[in-house]
Amino acid sequence: MATQRQIHTPLTAEVIASLKAGDMILLSGEVYTARDVAHRRMYEALIKGEKLPIDLQGTVIFYAAPTHTPTGKVIGSIGPTTSYRMDAFTPKLIENGLKGMIGKGNRSPEVVAAIKEYGAVYFGAIGGIAALTAQCVTRMELVAYDDLGPEAIRKLTVMELPVIVINDTAGHDLYAEEQKKWRIIA
Amino acid sequence: MRWINVKRITKTVKKLFIEANTVLSEDIVSALKTAWSLEESASGKHVLEKIIKNAGIACRHKMPICQDTGLAVLFVEIGQDVHIVGGDLRQAIEEGVRQAYADGFLRKSVCDPLTRKNTGDNTPAIIHIDIVEGDHLKIIAMPKGGGSENVSAAKMLTPAVGIDGIKKFVLETVDRAGANPCPPIMVGIGIGGSLEQACILAKKALLRPVGLPNYKDERLAQMENDLYQSINKSGIGPGGLGGRITTLAVNVEMMPCHIASLPVAVNIQCHVARHKELTI
Repeated sequence: MATQRQIHTPLTAEVIASLKAGDMILLSGEVYTARDVAHRRMYEALIKGEKLPIDLQGTVIFYAAPTHTPTGKVIGSIGPTTSYRMDAFTPKLIENGLKGMIGKGNRSPEVVAAIKEYGAVYFGAIGGIAALTAQCVTRMELVAYDDLGPEAIRKLTVMELPVIVINDTAGHDLYAEEQKKWRIIA
Repeated sequence: MRWINVKRITKTVKKLFIEANTVLSEDIVSALKTAWSLEESASGKHVLEKIIKNAGIACRHKMPICQDTGLAVLFVEIGQDVHIVGGDLRQAIEEGVRQAYADGFLRKSVCDPLTRKNTGDNTPAIIHIDIVEGDHLKIIAMPKGGGSENVSAAKMLTPAVGIDGIKKFVLETVDRAGANPCPPIMVGIGIGGSLEQACILAKKALLRPVGLPNYKDERLAQMENDLYQSINKSGIGPGGLGGRITTLAVNVEMMPCHIASLPVAVNIQCHVARHKELTI
């Protein structure tokens, strides 16, 4: 595998511009968990001009909802959920400062366009390795929408979370490009 | 006539769901190791290494393998000579699910479809009950993740399309799923019956251990092998990052259907293929 590059949140425009599809990243710093309903709520708040519960500037959102935290632990198991369900809400969040997303699976053309236009990045994390991924989380704090239970917004402090750049500002799409390379059937 | 108390059923359901969510079955671990040796892509090998390592950590630390600890799907076989006593069977099963997800620190992933409000205890469970011969009671617990279920599909095909049409539908479904369901996947296929029966057959097909062909029907064993080869030519690869191994197994189950119909269901399962069973 290619060498892994260390980057920290919040993401700056310079760092984002330097990221290329296929780059293996070890991400450290603060990221926020948010998925389906949390996205709808933030989207609707932006439409109404209301304040969001988190500051989106330079922020990275991890599409994830952990398992319940056992006593004495920082977090349960955690990993990416499928990203396309957030696609309808994502361009609006990117327009308002969101810089990074961590999930799994393809994004819509609208999200890919917003990533290019506003300078953002979509990272892929490996799905289904949630016990391993949990070892990268050093702190977890409930931030908003606690009525959503596991889907609430949580602030995670991560240390060297392994992710890979899927969609970059140049318009590359790692999934599409790699799958095409390995495809044998028409 | 054999009497079985519902308390025993609750206890069994609880134990099975905790175990299924933390201990990956030997057939899957072994299939992942074989996949690693067959995979040619560096990123594919890397993903498989992480998946195998994760299974070990989850097992040792009694942690969920995946954060999506699933919708609680159960297949229950009740011998016709069994008399269930001490309470209501379905309530006993639901209680077992409730206790597993609370005491096992599993994620509660069930909500109202419209308001999206979480039910808070991972119930209701999806319970399939069969009455069979004998005086035993078999419980199969199958936590089913949302990502792979979302890319599953059922279709009422025209009988004229035949085996080739069935294969085409399966390949289209897998292709459309791409990286979304956490490949390498398992593909459960149900052919025949009615619309709902095809779906149940597809789900039951996922219960057959990886590596065992359909020994009841050679035509299906052939179809499984053909589809396994074709799916692994799709290029999707482990984690969707490109590679040779997109599926670990293709399992097909079939039953007769209406003369006008050809129902086919494709149930996609992620690499965290979880199911545990116990016979009381």
